[in-house]
Amino acid sequence: MFGKLSWADVPLHQPIPLLAGCVAFGIVGGFVVYVVLKGWAPYLWREWITSVDHKHIGVMYIFLAMIMLLRGFTDAIMMRSQQALAFRAPGYLPPEHYDQIFSAHGTLMILFVAMPFVIGLINIVVPLQLGVRDVAFPTLNSVSFWLTATGALLINLSLVIGEFARTGWLPYPPLSGIEYSPGVGVDYYLWSLQISGVGTLLTGVNFVATILKIRAPGMTLMRMPIFCWTSLASSLLIVAAFPILTATLAMLILDRYLGFHFFTNEAGGNDMMFMKLIWAWGHPEVYILVLPAFGVFSEVVSTLSGKPLFGYRSMVAATMAICILAFMVWLHHFFTMGAGANVNAFFAITTMIIAVPTGVKVFNWLFTMYGGRIRYAPPMLWSIGFLVTFVIGGMTGVLLSVPPADFVFHNSLFLVAHFHNVIIGGVLFGAFAGYTFWFPKAFGFRLEEGLGRAAFWCWLLGFYLAFMPLYVLGFMGMTRRMQHYDVPEWHPWLLVAAVGVAVILAGIGLQIAQLVVSFRHRAQLRDTTGDPWNGRSLEWSTSSPPPAFNFAVLPQIEESDAYWETKQRALRQHVLADEPAYADIELPRNSATGVVCALFATFLGFALIWHIWWLAATSFLGAFATFVAFAWRDRTEYRVSAEEVARIDRENRSARRAALAQLGAAE
Amino acid sequence: MSIAQETTRGYEPYIVGAGPRSKAGLPRFEHAERTLASKRVISAFGFWIFLLSDIIMFSAFFAAYAVLSGETAGGPSGKDLFSITRVAIETACLLLSSFACGVASIGARARNDSMYYGGMTATALLGAAFLFLEINEFSGLIAQGAGPTRSAFLSSFFALVGCHGLHVTLGLLWLLTMMAQVFAKGYRADIMRRILCFALFWHTLDIIWVGIFTVVYLMGLAL
Repeated sequence: MFGKLSWADVPLHQPIPLLAGCVAFGIVGGFVVYVVLKGWAPYLWREWITSVDHKHIGVMYIFLAMIMLLRGFTDAIMMRSQQALAFRAPGYLPPEHYDQIFSAHGTLMILFVAMPFVIGLINIVVPLQLGVRDVAFPTLNSVSFWLTATGALLINLSLVIGEFARTGWLPYPPLSGIEYSPGVGVDYYLWSLQISGVGTLLTGVNFVATILKIRAPGMTLMRMPIFCWTSLASSLLIVAAFPILTATLAMLILDRYLGFHFFTNEAGGNDMMFMKLIWAWGHPEVYILVLPAFGVFSEVVSTLSGKPLFGYRSMVAATMAICILAFMVWLHHFFTMGAGANVNAFFAITTMIIAVPTGVKVFNWLFTMYGGRIRYAPPMLWSIGFLVTFVIGGMTGVLLSVPPADFVFHNSLFLVAHFHNVIIGGVLFGAFAGYTFWFPKAFGFRLEEGLGRAAFWCWLLGFYLAFMPLYVLGFMGMTRRMQHYDVPEWHPWLLVAAVGVAVILAGIGLQIAQLVVSFRHRAQLRDTTGDPWNGRSLEWSTSSPPPAFNFAVLPQIEESDAYWETKQRALRQHVLADEPAYADIELPRNSATGVVCALFATFLGFALIWHIWWLAATSFLGAFATFVAFAWRDRTEYRVSAEEVARIDRENRSARRAALAQLGAAE
Repeated sequence: MSIAQETTRGYEPYIVGAGPRSKAGLPRFEHAERTLASKRVISAFGFWIFLLSDIIMFSAFFAAYAVLSGETAGGPSGKDLFSITRVAIETACLLLSSFACGVASIGARARNDSMYYGGMTATALLGAAFLFLEINEFSGLIAQGAGPTRSAFLSSFFALVGCHGLHVTLGLLWLLTMMAQVFAKGYRADIMRRILCFALFWHTLDIIWVGIFTVVYLMGLAL
């Protein structure tokens, strides 16, 4: 009846994961009860859970990312404290638990923190920057989000029911095969990634179609803000890379469930093929994450320097060059596998080449700042912190791209330091820059700046304290994923790294405090103009938060930096453009398809993990029936009347007029 | 019903200030600029992108097959197992079903019920015949001890060909749903877009089958 599932799978003998899981699910459950008691459930259902509005979906993505960041960071604290304690001692985490922690940490941070954060920003910003009302497939967008949430839920479920993988964040066979990992840990990994992977793929399809097919009149490709370009590149990479992940994981699933021999040691299986295939997805994945972050920095640096972006065309070219080169470097993840000197040399050279477009970008940002009137608001601080940190990470990356050097550094803490250097310094700083930059647009009030600065400095200092020692330890020969060690020279450096994690923790605490304080003082921090940064692109031309239809009348684009030029014209002429002729607007209706489908997907994933076949079949049919029910709807849109549009837009225009008068007086 | 027709025929959400267009049958996109595509174009384009990603997924299975096709672990190879007659009939079924699917698409556009339902039924029957032959082949292989657990070659064979078969199965499910939809709701604009996407999907399965036919069966028998 319940497949492999029994009461013995609740880890009563392992208090740490059980306690952590109970606390996490207790908080979530308590939150749900609180919401219901307060009577907010209908509001949440209507405005958020079933919403197909890209802005709301984006906010939910980022919320998910932040919650998962707390979970992934808890894992980081446990690892650093274990290594600080485990010098000639067992520490407090037994090996089988420690292995689950580093596996979960990597999986969560890449796939359920960085990915949803970046996709959330894309969701909120891209349609606004393109000057349109929604994405190409609004309901599909909601399905994507809820499938991602399903993946996150399944991974966290492994805390209290069963176990998680002990194989590292990429489950290399034969260790991940059924012979050496007979438990459900790897299955949790596989099915949560398969389900959330479908969501990510659909997001990629959605945004390729949106950016290439739905733009405001006159918004040619070369007038698009650079964030749209990087989002396009990232979406193209998703479309091209995620199917490889799906296929690879499917092969591992077949090996584990049905006794196939793709990656086994016997009957002709080839485990090296797994490394090849998984990194053919894994390396583009890195650029899927970092390209949108580059886009964020471009927007922030240009806006907060009060200058157009330096070298827009070279930025576009560099972005698309990285988009293609991303598929030509994957072998540098396993130079030591034995592909031979010539193959290694080829991939070493392509890896070094990819530093060129990245370097172009760095110089473009520097020249954008040069001679600009720079405002050191938190988004700009994150950007400058990124520039310094990312350049260090890039240089250690070029070091690792030299095969002879890689043979020495392979699997050492030098590598761990390198990829944290680029992912925290690049992706996460980019996500935080975007979060602080666009928060007023999404919520209508600014984030408190003092706490934002403090959080930034804690993160920056904490990062250097936590990861620079890891470079040193790599040189000293310490390998990654060690549960305990006996080398006295390593111990002090690991203590410093642990202190670094504590400083980052303070940074995260300050970020939470910033959110709470800003929410409490939202009246004073209200963004009345919709343009808090004196912005350049179209998202700042509508109110904060934007109305459901984004733009009362779709803007006509005649140049790049569209909103900046409009503002300059209005300043010169001392008037706003004439009031447009308003017409009715039709918007897609809310749909529960996404959340219902994800509910079935959760049961499907759980059933497959535990071999409960009847439940799997029922859930699959349920998900199919959900889509049929959606396809059967007669009314797909609702209408906002022209009068309502006019009323909303007149409010926005009067705020603009006041802002214009203020700017004019300042001139 | 009436509301649905109004929203799906008379209106285009991505057009500047679009209200309901004139009922005189003027083109709906008269004011659209090149940057704003129609819903039909957006759906088809987006679905093409999805199909490309699906083809990439197949390419991973093809790659695995190419790597493992020699790894028979002392067991049978393609030459011992494949029947060219069966594969020829399978191919004929699938190609003819694509033709029938094309007929159904024309029927839907012409609002010709018998052409649409006839074409779709023929597509479904030919697709089912293809699936029957494939399942028959698979069960025969397993019965003679050449199942996917026998060798890495057979693992990759079953995964690649089976993945295509799974797509055909899901395609049949979709096909029946589309027939039911047209039966219940008529040739509504959104349903027409879905028929278009279904046709694209069905033809793509042909393209992939051509790859399988060549790489797996013809090359397998020749080597």
